[in-house]
Amino acid sequence: MKHFYSDFIKGLWRENPTFRLLIGLCPTLAVTNNALGGFSMGVSTAFVLILSSTMISLVKHLIPDKVRIPAYIVLIATFVTILELFMNAYLPAIYAQLGIFLPLIVVNCIILGRAEAFASKMPVSRSIFDALGMGFGIIWALTSIGIMRELFGTGQVFGFQVMPSSFEPIGMMTAAPGAFITLGTAVAIVTYISDRIAKKHAKGKKATE
Amino acid sequence: MEETRFKISPSPHIRDEDSTQNIMLTVVVALLPVWIAATYFFGFDSIRLVVLSSLSAIITEAICQKLRKRPVTVWDGSALITGMLLGLSVPPTLPSWMIVFGAAVAIIVGKQLFGGLGGNPFNPALVGRAILVISFPSPMSKWTIDGITTATPLMESAGNFAYHELFFGNIAGSIGETSAFAILLGGIFMYYRGVLDYRMPVSFLGTVAILSILLGQDPIFQILSGSLLFAAIFMASDLVTTPVTPKGRWIFGIGAGVILTVIRTWGSLPEGVTYSILLMNAATPLINRYTRPRIYGRGVKANG
Repeated sequence: MKHFYSDFIKGLWRENPTFRLLIGLCPTLAVTNNALGGFSMGVSTAFVLILSSTMISLVKHLIPDKVRIPAYIVLIATFVTILELFMNAYLPAIYAQLGIFLPLIVVNCIILGRAEAFASKMPVSRSIFDALGMGFGIIWALTSIGIMRELFGTGQVFGFQVMPSSFEPIGMMTAAPGAFITLGTAVAIVTYISDRIAKKHAKGKKATE
Repeated sequence: MEETRFKISPSPHIRDEDSTQNIMLTVVVALLPVWIAATYFFGFDSIRLVVLSSLSAIITEAICQKLRKRPVTVWDGSALITGMLLGLSVPPTLPSWMIVFGAAVAIIVGKQLFGGLGGNPFNPALVGRAILVISFPSPMSKWTIDGITTATPLMESAGNFAYHELFFGNIAGSIGETSAFAILLGGIFMYYRGVLDYRMPVSFLGTVAILSILLGQDPIFQILSGSLLFAAIFMASDLVTTPVTPKGRWIFGIGAGVILTVIRTWGSLPEGVTYSILLMNAATPLINRYTRPRIYGRGVKANG
């Protein structure tokens, strides 16, 4: 039980793929110019991650070691195709917004990284919790970047006006430079808080000793 | 016995009287004629923009250095110059809060995040200008002269403007860039004080002139209009973000001139000075690396 908890929780903050491991940054920068884009990209990636991690963990003993990466890619591509067809059929607006980055989930570092580092070595139950934690980690990271960029770039969040009408939108935030500046600022804040927590931990340990 | 006791110390062994503060002060003095000309042509707006921009840059720098627990060095004048340059490179009608925002972002993103003075790869004032142009495209391209909104010479055809008006600055544009006369005064002063290397403006302006002749444009018009002259003298001569070797400075100027002409002629933007210098700033470490001078005593054949 303790394993499940720590497998799940580490993806949210301590090993957050976007803010701590800095992987899978292409979609993070490209489709987060509004909150909806960030959120839907996060959910899509999480969906593929959870299914592919489960599947890879299930079949890990059947795959010869030498061809494991191509085999993983085939599995991941299957789920991405399912997702793509589903989105194209039921959510055409979001499908159009995510564009090329939806099929590109196949080569997303986060998914292949979890497959290689976790799912291919661990039992299915633990892999599911790991993928869930990482998935929610991506979702909150991409959504928060999207919210910040949409808020300052257009004055809205998820399409609703939140800033007073006197607010002059800062166009840069929805353009490419805004993505880099927002991501850099967010990484700095997360690192700062993590360092503070680590320091507090070290102090607490010293005091009890 | 006394003679044998040498003092050993790393270079430099001969020091100049110049300090950072001295150099910065020279640039500030060189900017004064430009500012005076701007105030003459654009009135109170020029004072408002330059003062707000400078104050914002200095205060932001002080806050950043306090937060990073570094010595506060706002008195060296580098933040003041960034503020003045940014204030002089915007249109006269820009709202006050935008220039304050632009100067603050220029210092934070363009300078302090890279470690402060000497660590920044890009000219902070140009970073600020680029951010303002991307963020607020319409206020940043609203040109007025005598209260009337008009196009800058670059958006119209060359024949509509007399050379003397372009030279003295009675035209629409960013407040600091219109008077070629005032800019040249400042440039000559900086050259006289040894702060400005003639290679940079000569190669930059020369490349633009030669390319415009080849493309069938009016070279004098191309040099006098837009912010080219202002940038070639005050921004391309920034000591931090340009090559240190003489050969490298020629390459920098020529590269910036080529990029500028390409943007002006075939690009969708009317003006490309900001981006041409920023792009060459990015290439500066590479230029430095490939134009490294020969180390004395090496690299020559014996008996050569």
